[in-house]
Amino acid sequence: MGEILKSLKAAIWFMFLTFPIMVIKVNPIEDTVVWRWMNMAYIGVGVFFLSFLWRFMLARRNQGKKAEESGKARMPIGQRIAEEPKIKYPAIALVGAFALTIPFWADMYNTNIMTNVLIYVMLGLGLNIVVGLAGLLDLGYVAFYAVGAYSYALLNHHFGANFWVVLPMAGFLGAAFGVALGFPVLRLRGDYLAIVTLGFGEIIRLVLENWNEFSMGPSGIANIDRPPFFGIKMDLFQKTDFMYYVVLALAILTIIAVTRLKNSRIGRAWIALREDEIACQAMGVDRTKTKLMAFALGATWASMAGVVFAAKSTFINPPSFSFWESVLILVIVVMGGMGSVVGVILGASIIVLLPEYFREFSEYRMILFGGAMVLMMVFRPTGIVTAMRQKYTIHK
Amino acid sequence: MLELVNVNTYYGNIHALKDVSIKVEQGEIITLIGANGAGKTTTLMSISGIVPPRSGEILFEGKPIQGMPPHEIVSMGLCQVPEGRRIFPHLTVSENLDMGAFLRKDASQVKQDLDYVYELFPRLSERRTQQGGTLSGGEQQMLAISRALMARPRLLLLDEPSLGLAPIIVKQIFQIIRKINEESRTTIFLVEQNANLALQVAQRGYVMETGKVTMTDTSDNLLANEEVKNAYLGMGE
Repeated sequence: MGEILKSLKAAIWFMFLTFPIMVIKVNPIEDTVVWRWMNMAYIGVGVFFLSFLWRFMLARRNQGKKAEESGKARMPIGQRIAEEPKIKYPAIALVGAFALTIPFWADMYNTNIMTNVLIYVMLGLGLNIVVGLAGLLDLGYVAFYAVGAYSYALLNHHFGANFWVVLPMAGFLGAAFGVALGFPVLRLRGDYLAIVTLGFGEIIRLVLENWNEFSMGPSGIANIDRPPFFGIKMDLFQKTDFMYYVVLALAILTIIAVTRLKNSRIGRAWIALREDEIACQAMGVDRTKTKLMAFALGATWASMAGVVFAAKSTFINPPSFSFWESVLILVIVVMGGMGSVVGVILGASIIVLLPEYFREFSEYRMILFGGAMVLMMVFRPTGIVTAMRQKYTIHK
Repeated sequence: MLELVNVNTYYGNIHALKDVSIKVEQGEIITLIGANGAGKTTTLMSISGIVPPRSGEILFEGKPIQGMPPHEIVSMGLCQVPEGRRIFPHLTVSENLDMGAFLRKDASQVKQDLDYVYELFPRLSERRTQQGGTLSGGEQQMLAISRALMARPRLLLLDEPSLGLAPIIVKQIFQIIRKINEESRTTIFLVEQNANLALQVAQRGYVMETGKVTMTDTSDNLLANEEVKNAYLGMGE
């Protein structure tokens, strides 16, 4: 009963607050004032329901916490799927089958979107190494994405370099850039690190935008070749489908690599370094090497994703690598669940697919993102899927 | 085995260690006692390279190690149990122990050492899949010591193992420290505020005051010394 009263109060309060903008409408041409009383009613009812829902969810959350403390909490659905082998393997098979068959039943538009999702999965997983595991907040991650994209675009444009040759090269180049960024920021942590990496990302973008002789400036590079397949000639549809499979293969490679890393000694060293640097040093973990490795590995995946992006869109220019892009990737990681592979895949799908399919709401995208992030922080601060690692045991 | 010669260490402008000279012989337990802020922890940090000294020499088995990065010092067989335990709260007990063996590649011997450690602390063996942060203070200290043992050090630096623990647990831990010293011939450098207990396990002791070593003698003599009694053992008039 008290809850209803509280929600009622909130509704009345909102009706009062929004009265001037929602109800009164002045028509300056005819010098009349239109009173839109219906709007007030809508707001009242809407706020009442939302407020009630909010309270209900909060109460549920608290109940969940109590249940957790007493040890009889039900695992969240995401966790159950990921942990129980009975559900886990069929789920993987289902998702795998879905992913493999997309080009057969989806049109080109949708295949393209799914390719995008996979590129973001790669980016998200790469950033997950840096942010989720090593705990280094990198806001300039998109710089490495740009390095990969531009290295392929330029090599292809000037020398006609092959996609398959550039892909590993760009990986190494990305790692080199990762080390180059990592070196000066080794001593920084938290906010300071975030600011420096943000600056780094912007520097790369500005260089690309202004150094016309090198990167052709804001006009970008066009007519980049798609990946060839043993010299077979393909029409546009086949090319799109082939591109999809290339990205799928790379994404799967990324997933395997990141999972292996996460459960390896170096993965544990990253987590340990995040938790206690002094203890790590006392155990003989080389702080410099370990951190640089995180930066380099993260950058490698971003750079390879960049190559794929350039090959897929056949045209790149600096605005594709703005700060917003870094934020987007970070949102994928945070929303999906820091350190969790499944979470990042889910996060990437949501972040890429929702704006695609709800284009009508594109003007409200920022509001929805903000709202979603706030809700996430309140109800699931560890992300959609909480990270978990294989319990490590030493075998005989 | 370990020798510090006129070591000076600074935190910025603060002169924390002033011409500290300490000698540790193979196979012994020595202790460094002193009040808060005397520079005991800094001494250990200087030895393990986490806070490198500005001048002076540190010789480990005859080789100078001052200025070497911490991971190289660890790989030479010198491992520190840092003050306040500093275990990794989100790693499980066995993962914490594996972090101790971070630099080792001999998997079969790591396994052996793991068994030894679990034998030493059966409590840890029961809790091997539990996260480090969920252990009690005493268990965390056991874990911290075990983690350092996993590096198979020839010299173990222990920083305040009694910190914040119940007397009965402290007693247990000191028994184990002695056991480690006897069984695996590990030399132990023990830093303690609890001077009484420390001097009972150690063969020799150093007393430190405001960054300087002021006294050194065998434990028995130090225990009998009037000054030490007054200042650290709480047995003065």
